[in-house]
Amino acid sequence: MIRFIDVYKEYDNGTKALKGVNVRIDDGEFVFLVGPSGSGKSTLIKLITAEIAPSEGRVMVNGFNLTNISPRQVPKMRRTLGVIFQDFRLIEKKTVYENLSFAMRAIGASNRELRRRIPYVLQLVGLDQKGDRYPGQLSGGEQQRVAIARALVNNPSMIIADEPTGNLDPQRSLEIMMLLERINELGTTVLVVTHEKNLVNRFTKRVVAIENGRIISDETGGYYNVEKI
Amino acid sequence: MSRRFDAGYYISEGFRSIFTHGFMSFAAVCMIVACLIIMGSFTLLAVNLDSMLGDLENENEMVVYIDDGLTEEQARFLQPTLAQVPNVSQLTFVTAQRAMEEFKAKRENNDLLADLPDETLRHRYRVHVVDIEQMAQTKADLESVEGVGDVRAAIDIANGFVLVRNIATGVAMILVGILLVISLFIIANTIKLATFYRREEIAIMKMCGATDGFIEWPFVVEGLLLGLAGALIAFFAQWGLYQAVAKFAIQGNGLSLVTIISYQSMAPTILAVFSGVGAFIGVGGSLFAIRKFLQV
Repeated sequence: MIRFIDVYKEYDNGTKALKGVNVRIDDGEFVFLVGPSGSGKSTLIKLITAEIAPSEGRVMVNGFNLTNISPRQVPKMRRTLGVIFQDFRLIEKKTVYENLSFAMRAIGASNRELRRRIPYVLQLVGLDQKGDRYPGQLSGGEQQRVAIARALVNNPSMIIADEPTGNLDPQRSLEIMMLLERINELGTTVLVVTHEKNLVNRFTKRVVAIENGRIISDETGGYYNVEKI
Repeated sequence: MSRRFDAGYYISEGFRSIFTHGFMSFAAVCMIVACLIIMGSFTLLAVNLDSMLGDLENENEMVVYIDDGLTEEQARFLQPTLAQVPNVSQLTFVTAQRAMEEFKAKRENNDLLADLPDETLRHRYRVHVVDIEQMAQTKADLESVEGVGDVRAAIDIANGFVLVRNIATGVAMILVGILLVISLFIIANTIKLATFYRREEIAIMKMCGATDGFIEWPFVVEGLLLGLAGALIAFFAQWGLYQAVAKFAIQGNGLSLVTIISYQSMAPTILAVFSGVGAFIGVGGSLFAIRKFLQV
């Protein structure tokens, strides 16, 4: 679960990125976070992943109070999240399998756990035959599937996808979004940050719109209303 | 999944990243070798200088003249008393007769000395001291012994030796210290460059929930291995360089004033010091370099 209670964020250079944000995302939800560039989306994601701390207000993520979280608690909190980036952020010198095992190793998984979990996740994202390929040998859509598999491999309770379809064509984008929807159906909370109106509107999920550091709409079963934003 | 200290993983990752980032590893090892050889050369120069000064110090003796009125037997009787004076390391009794023989031997074909009686000179002790810095105090202590007529000591020369030794040691220590700091800085920057290429990996690990310790350990192993490899190469390179310089110094030293300590006799110490310093700058440089990238 994510809770933002009257959250403000002002950077050192004086930029006020968030101005009193209140939002709640419950376990098992699928939420789109939409808004123009500079609206505060990235700041919101960085607050969730504890890359930055709020200037004012409270941020709660999966039972952790991020307002005053200790550095030792941050890794524990991050293990409850799986993060997907627009540019995939795969390690080019590692195979698909190694990219996943790398993420599992990072939290102290044993070889046995690796052997059990990775094939299952690769099958889930439809890449069970491509474990020995390097990222450079895969298409953009497949690379994003690897990134999703890496986000899933540690069995997080929540997936944060930051513009996951930004580098993909419409067909691949739809496939990725359908995959995220399936992951959500299996019980994982999914938060997708996106610009893509058509994609958002096709799924009729909860849409939280942010502009100029404020939440301007929050509609369950809503759509990306361009006029409103 | 539980967190545990996976030494096998850290070691294998450390080894693997040395070869994965081969050029950077090569650059880091070269830097460590260069720094160790420069530091080692200065240190070995200082050690040899210290040894040579020690030899010269040992030749710097004091002469204790016994009162005219004392017989040879009485003069010999003073030996235990003189030996108990602090800082005295060695005493050699020289009779007046022996002293005269030596005096004449240095002045052959001088007819004026032919008829000089043996009693012209006094019985004496040649005294070597432990620490020439305390020579003035030792001279005073010897003069206070009953039966001692006079003490001759080249205190100015002794002070000169002390000054030269202190300056040489001080300069060597300062140079080694400066070089150590420069080495750390260079190694840290070399490893920082290597780490820069892996900042993405570090960021991914952090985002997956890896602890700083988990991320640091492979870098520590890598730094340690690079440091030890550099130390081993530097040890043998220093050996070759030292032998070449020693050969040159001995060949150009017709009067045999220069005595060179053999590398073999210092080899275990040099290897231990190089390994220690190599490991320190390797691990220290790694940790220093990675620090910035952990702040995600």
